[in-house]
Amino acid sequence: MGGVVVRQYDIPANDFTVAGEASSNVRKILSQLGVSPDIVKRTSIAMYEAEINAVIHGNGGQALVEIDTDKIYIRISDQGPGIADLELAMQEGYSTAPDSIREMGFGAGMGLSNIKKHADQLKIDTEIDKGTTVNITVFFKPQTGV
Amino acid sequence: MNKDYFHSVTLNTNMCKGCTNCIKYCPTEAIRVRNRKAVIIKERCIDCGVCIRICPYHAKKAVTDSLDTIKNYKYKIALPAPALYGQYGPEFSRERIVLALKQLGFDYVFEVARAAEIVTNLSDKYMKNKDIKKPVISSACPAVVRFIQIRFPNLIENLLKIESPMEIAAALSRQEVHEKFGIPYEDMGVFFISPCAAKVTSVKAPYESQKSNVDAVIAIKDIYLILREIMKKEDKITSAPFSLSSAIGVSWAGTGGESSAINEGRRIAVHGIDNVSDILEQAVQGGLDDIDFIEALACPEGCLGGPLTVENPFIAKENLKNEIEQIAVNAAHSNSVDKADNIDEYVWKSTVEYSPILKLDDDMEKALEKMRKIDEITNGLYDLDCGACGAPSCRALAEDIVRGIAKETDCIFKLKERLNIIANQLHQIE
Ligand SMILES: Nc1ncnc2c1ncn2[C@@H]1O[C@H](COP(=O)(O)OP(=O)(O)OP(=O)(O)O)[C@@H](O)[C@H]1O
Ligand code: SF4
Ligand SMILES: [Mg+2]
Repeated sequence: MGGVVVRQYDIPANDFTVAGEASSNVRKILSQLGVSPDIVKRTSIAMYEAEINAVIHGNGGQALVEIDTDKIYIRISDQGPGIADLELAMQEGYSTAPDSIREMGFGAGMGLSNIKKHADQLKIDTEIDKGTTVNITVFFKPQTGV
Repeated sequence: MNKDYFHSVTLNTNMCKGCTNCIKYCPTEAIRVRNRKAVIIKERCIDCGVCIRICPYHAKKAVTDSLDTIKNYKYKIALPAPALYGQYGPEFSRERIVLALKQLGFDYVFEVARAAEIVTNLSDKYMKNKDIKKPVISSACPAVVRFIQIRFPNLIENLLKIESPMEIAAALSRQEVHEKFGIPYEDMGVFFISPCAAKVTSVKAPYESQKSNVDAVIAIKDIYLILREIMKKEDKITSAPFSLSSAIGVSWAGTGGESSAINEGRRIAVHGIDNVSDILEQAVQGGLDDIDFIEALACPEGCLGGPLTVENPFIAKENLKNEIEQIAVNAAHSNSVDKADNIDEYVWKSTVEYSPILKLDDDMEKALEKMRKIDEITNGLYDLDCGACGAPSCRALAEDIVRGIAKETDCIFKLKERLNIIANQLHQIE
């Protein structure tokens, strides 16, 4: 079929002025495609959290977005330090963010669990000193069966 | 005329030079230049008045009612917006302005500031409700409400669902006049004295087709000079023949007035449509969960910078400050507030709806196809966003092409490419 809309974005390291631009852009595209507001919201929150994590913890990275008729797939990857204990990192309230980041309102340790809450599928690949890849899928209609 | 798409902001075609200044500033990309004239895409216009302010040829105007329309009614009630007081320097007190309105031909003056006090009081109560969605976004500026309807459907539930001061003033003034003087309701005409084009639209074509209590809207700039002349003739007066609002209501004209009057929580006051756009963008990403209330006004310096005002908004701000200082601070609330016990009466009966006018197609498959087409065309353009094609950006042109309202050769660089090809072909024939 090949009817997929693809977007790629660079996520710069530690630059808060552009952080969130990619997810904001994706939000506009989804609205233009007529995706319902609550799904647009879930998608953009999940993507935003992953984007910010790449900015803060991952020394920046890349975002790939593929939009199909029934779903959106988002891959945020970085070449940062990786996550040593993923299970621990997924817990609400766990954060290694330094004070300077916390003062900016980040670092509550809610990002990853928020992604999990809003995404229909979430897969995180991470390796120490190699980097982290967060794969998010959101379906436009509730999934039946499976 | 289609009532759904009535707009106060319109184009004076004769004065438009087709210069493209306006297209880039429009926050909803609602303007195109076609055949050397600007065209406003009605479904997208939010009546913010940015184009009126920006147009160097004054070709954008706001349709309002003339002062003559008051003659159509037996009993004429003026509802001056508090921004009116900012238009005149310290020698012209609020009392003088209100009296001048009477001399202009109105039988009764009911300040919108009085209703603003009521809304302040109700908002305080509203904010205490545990079930409301925070941050609460003020709904006092109709341009902002329409902006949210088009661009931020997720924030509709955050809107403060209380009638605007203008509407409350209209309803209460009728009641007051009826009770005081026994005037029959059908004899009354209610006139909003407005700094604002968007308010004209909300009177003529209210959200979701509710009916407005205001009969006509008169622009501040249309009566500015006459009022001034009347005031100059009168000796200084210190009391007005009508009850006047306290400082709180008057402060609504400027930025920070509404939000500072709410007693609790973290409140921010944002003005200028670009700033409003940024803050809503942040709110929709969930980044403002620690904010309780957002006062959002489309115009720079709020209604003092409204498109139908005369005075520079920064001078108007100083004028208003002076006026507020004159008001005895201990008269914190005027008696109008007593009427505001019953919050339900002023809560929106229905909510506003998402208007998905930016949607490419109802069918997802077709929408995706169009999106890919737009991507493809955009890639073939020059990324200059020069506006010469009449669209605000290269991507907007690509969208217009796919929507079928523009063609690729509207881009002058594409046209040049095409001409070069034709020239080469001609050359070969020779
Ligand atoms: N891309 C990444 N690279 C390296 N470490 C990461 C990455 N993403 C998350 N982490 C680690 O997982 C922890 C938890 O992440 P999470 O997003 O849940 O919270 P946070 O970013 O610290 O705070 P919040 O998201 O609430 O602002 C982080 O503190 C960090 O140690
Ligand atoms: S800020 Fe005031 S004058 Fe300007 S559009 Fe909003 S309500 Fe109207
Ligand atoms: Mg995070």
